[in-house]
Amino acid sequence: MSSVPTINAAERDRLLATYPQVFHRSLMQRWGLAISAAVVVVYLAFCFAFFNVIPTFVNGNWDRASIYLQDWYSWRAQPRLRFQNGEVVPQWTSRGQYPQGANIPWMQPMPDGGYTVSFGGGDRLDVTPARVDIHLDGRSYPVEITSDQAILPPGAPAAMEQDGNKVMVYFGFEGQAEIRSSQVYIQRRFLGWANFFFDTQSPFWGRSLPEVAGLMLSGERLDPNQSNASLALDNFLNNASWQHADIFSKLTQTLVMAFVGTLFATLIAFPLAFIAARNITRSRPVNWGMKRLFDFLRSIDMLIWALFFTRAFGPGPIPGIAAIFFTDTGALGKVYSEALENADDKQREGVKSVGASPVIVQRYGTVPQVLPVFVSQSLYFWESNTRSATVIGAVGAGGIGLKLLESMKTNADWDKVAYMVLLILLVVFVFDNVSNALRSRLIGRKSH
Amino acid sequence: MAHAAGANHLSGLTGSSRTILAHYQSQVRTRRVYTLVSIVVFLIVLGASLDFANNANSGKFFERLPYLFDFMKSFVPDSPLEIFRAMFDLPSPYADGSIKYDYTSDRIWITDSFYIPNFFYQLAITINIAIVSTILGASGAFVLCFFAASNMVGSRAVRWFVRRVMEIMRAFPEIVVAGLLAAILSIGPISAIIAVWIHTVGALGKLFFEVVENADMKPDEGLRAAGASWVERVRFAILPQVLPNFVSYTLLRTEINVRASTIIGAVGGGGIGEVFSLSIGRDHAAKTYAIIILLLITVICVDQFSAWLRRRLIGHQSFEFGRGAA
Repeated sequence: MSSVPTINAAERDRLLATYPQVFHRSLMQRWGLAISAAVVVVYLAFCFAFFNVIPTFVNGNWDRASIYLQDWYSWRAQPRLRFQNGEVVPQWTSRGQYPQGANIPWMQPMPDGGYTVSFGGGDRLDVTPARVDIHLDGRSYPVEITSDQAILPPGAPAAMEQDGNKVMVYFGFEGQAEIRSSQVYIQRRFLGWANFFFDTQSPFWGRSLPEVAGLMLSGERLDPNQSNASLALDNFLNNASWQHADIFSKLTQTLVMAFVGTLFATLIAFPLAFIAARNITRSRPVNWGMKRLFDFLRSIDMLIWALFFTRAFGPGPIPGIAAIFFTDTGALGKVYSEALENADDKQREGVKSVGASPVIVQRYGTVPQVLPVFVSQSLYFWESNTRSATVIGAVGAGGIGLKLLESMKTNADWDKVAYMVLLILLVVFVFDNVSNALRSRLIGRKSH
Repeated sequence: MAHAAGANHLSGLTGSSRTILAHYQSQVRTRRVYTLVSIVVFLIVLGASLDFANNANSGKFFERLPYLFDFMKSFVPDSPLEIFRAMFDLPSPYADGSIKYDYTSDRIWITDSFYIPNFFYQLAITINIAIVSTILGASGAFVLCFFAASNMVGSRAVRWFVRRVMEIMRAFPEIVVAGLLAAILSIGPISAIIAVWIHTVGALGKLFFEVVENADMKPDEGLRAAGASWVERVRFAILPQVLPNFVSYTLLRTEINVRASTIIGAVGGGGIGEVFSLSIGRDHAAKTYAIIILLLITVICVDQFSAWLRRRLIGHQSFEFGRGAA
C-alpha cells in the first residue's frame, strides 16, 4: 500500500495528453460490458415471462417427479390384495416380477387368512377382509373396512391420510399402500433393478450369482438340448422385461447410422471439395456453385432430412444414414475445401513441372498435405454424429433414440431408460477416446 | 517391367546404396500389404453395417426407392402460392374444411386486427429456446471452466471432478432430459430449454477450459506478485485474454443450438420442430414447404450473422471444429 506512486499535476497532464486512448475511452468501451449484461438480463426476464416459467413450475407434478427419479435406481412390486368372498387374494400386474406361486419373504399369508406385508423395520400391514392393521413406528392403527369405504382411526400420524373413501399410507422409500373397500393396492420399493439378468420364466431366476456361475461351468444340464452357458446367454438376451437383445440391436443401429453416414459423407465430400477449392479448379462459377450446394445441404436441418427420409423409407437406420449423409456432405465439403485452399501450392507445382497428369498432381502434390486434416475432421464428425444419431432416431429414424422415447412415454420404464442412458454414455466415452487417440496420432496433440 | 527398371538402377549403385534401396523397397511392400489389409477389413465392416441397416429398416432400400420418387411427386402443393398462404396464414382457395387447407385458425392475435402467422410465432419460440439456453449454458460453462483448468486450480481432484461433470452433461442424451421434464412439467418449451442448456454447459465448458489453459500466464504472475486474490486474478489476468474466444465459441454454439432446439421440438419441446413433424406426418405439402423455407432462411441468417460478428470480434481465426455437431 505504501508503494502507491504519487504524481504531480504537470506529470498528470502529460500522461493524459500522451495516452488519450487510455483515459478518454468511448461510451461503448467503458460501459459496453455493463450494457450488454443489462440487455441480457432484460431479455432473460422477458423470456421468463414469455415461457410462463413460474406457472409451469408451480403446476409441475413434483410428487410424480420423485417417483420417476426413484424408478431410475430401484424397482416397485405392485400387488393388489383383493377382497373376494371374505378372502384376501393377491393379484399381480402384467410386469410380473415374481413367478406364479413364489414364496415372497415380505408378503406372507397369515394363519387366519389374509396377508401380512412388511415394509422393513417392524413397519407392516396386516390385511384381513374386514380390517387392515397398520403398524408404523411401533404403534398400530386399525383401519375399518366397510362395504363402501375404508375409515382411518382418529389421531393417526401425517403418514396416513383419509382421501375420500380410501386411506393412503406412506412408508417413505419402502413404499406406500392405498386401502379401499375392495382392495389394498401396495407399492413396495427395493433398491436395484429387478430381474435384470433373468426373467421369471428362466430356470436361473432367483439364484445367486455364484450359483449361476457354478451351474454354467459344471452343473447338470437344465435343458438337455443345450449347455447351461448357452441357455443362460439365451435367457439373458431374451429377458422379457429388459429386452437386452432388442436394446443391443437398437444401439448397434444407432452406431451404424453414425458410422455409415459419416463414411459416405466423407467419400462424397472428398472429390467434391476439389471442385469447390478455388486454387485447384480454376473456374469461379463452378467453385461458387459447388460451395452453394454445400451451404444448401448443410443448412437444411438434420431433422428435415430425417423426417423426409422416414416418410420415404419407413423408420429404421436408412433414414438416419441418409440424414447424416446429406447434412455432413455439406459440412465436410465446406471444411475440406477450406483446407484445400490453405494447402501449399509449391508441391503441386513441383509435381506438375515433371509432366504429371492432373490426377497424379493432386494425388502426390495435395493429398499428402491435407489427408491428416481430412481424416481428423471426419473422425470428429463421426464422434459427434454418434451423439446426434440418438436424437435423430427419436424423431423417427429408429435406433436407441426411438426405443428411449417409447420407454419414456409409458412413464413406468424409467429403470430401462436409465439402463439405456448408461449404455449410451459408455459408448460415447469409448468412441470419444478412440477418436481422440486416432486424431492425436494423426495430427499431433496441439492441433486440437 | 518394374523389375527390369529396378535392375537397371541397381547396376549403377554401390553396395551400401543397394542395401538402402532394398530396405526402402521392402518397407514400401509392407506398407502396401497393410493398406490392402485395412481396406479389406474396412470394406467387410462397411458391408456388414449396410446389410444390418437394410435388414433392421422397416422398408428395404431397393424396394422402397421407387416410393421415394412417388412420395416426392405426391408431395407437391396445389399451387406455388399455397406455400406463401400457409406461411402467412392467409385463407386458401382450396379450403374444404380439413386442416390441410386451414391456415387461418392458427393465427396468433396480438391485437384485434393484428396477428402473427403461426409458423413465425413457432419459429420465434424455437429461436428463443436456443438463445436462452445458450446464454444460460455459457454462464454455467463460464463459472465451471476455471475450476477445470490446470493453470487456475491446483487441486487435481477438483479438476477431475469438474471435467467428469462436464463430460456427463455433454454426453447425456438430450431427449432423456427433455422427456423426463416433459413428464413432470407437461410438454412445452421449458423442458427443451433445460435439455439444451445442460448439453451446452458441457460442450462449452470443455472448449472454455481449453482456452483458459492456453492463456498467457505472465499477467497472472504479475497479479499474484501484487497479492491479488483468486477472483481478481481471473478477472484481470485471464478474462481479458479469453473473452473474445469465449464470445466466439458462444456464438458458434448459438448456431448449433438453433438446430438442436428444432430437433428437440419435434420430440415434444414445442416450437417449429413440433409443427414440422406434424405437418410432414400428415402429408400437408404446402405447410411443410413453408416451414422448410422458413427454417432454411433462419439457419442461413443465423450462420451469416454469427460469422460476421465473430469476424468482427477476433478476426479470421477459424472455428470450423464442431460446426456439424448438433
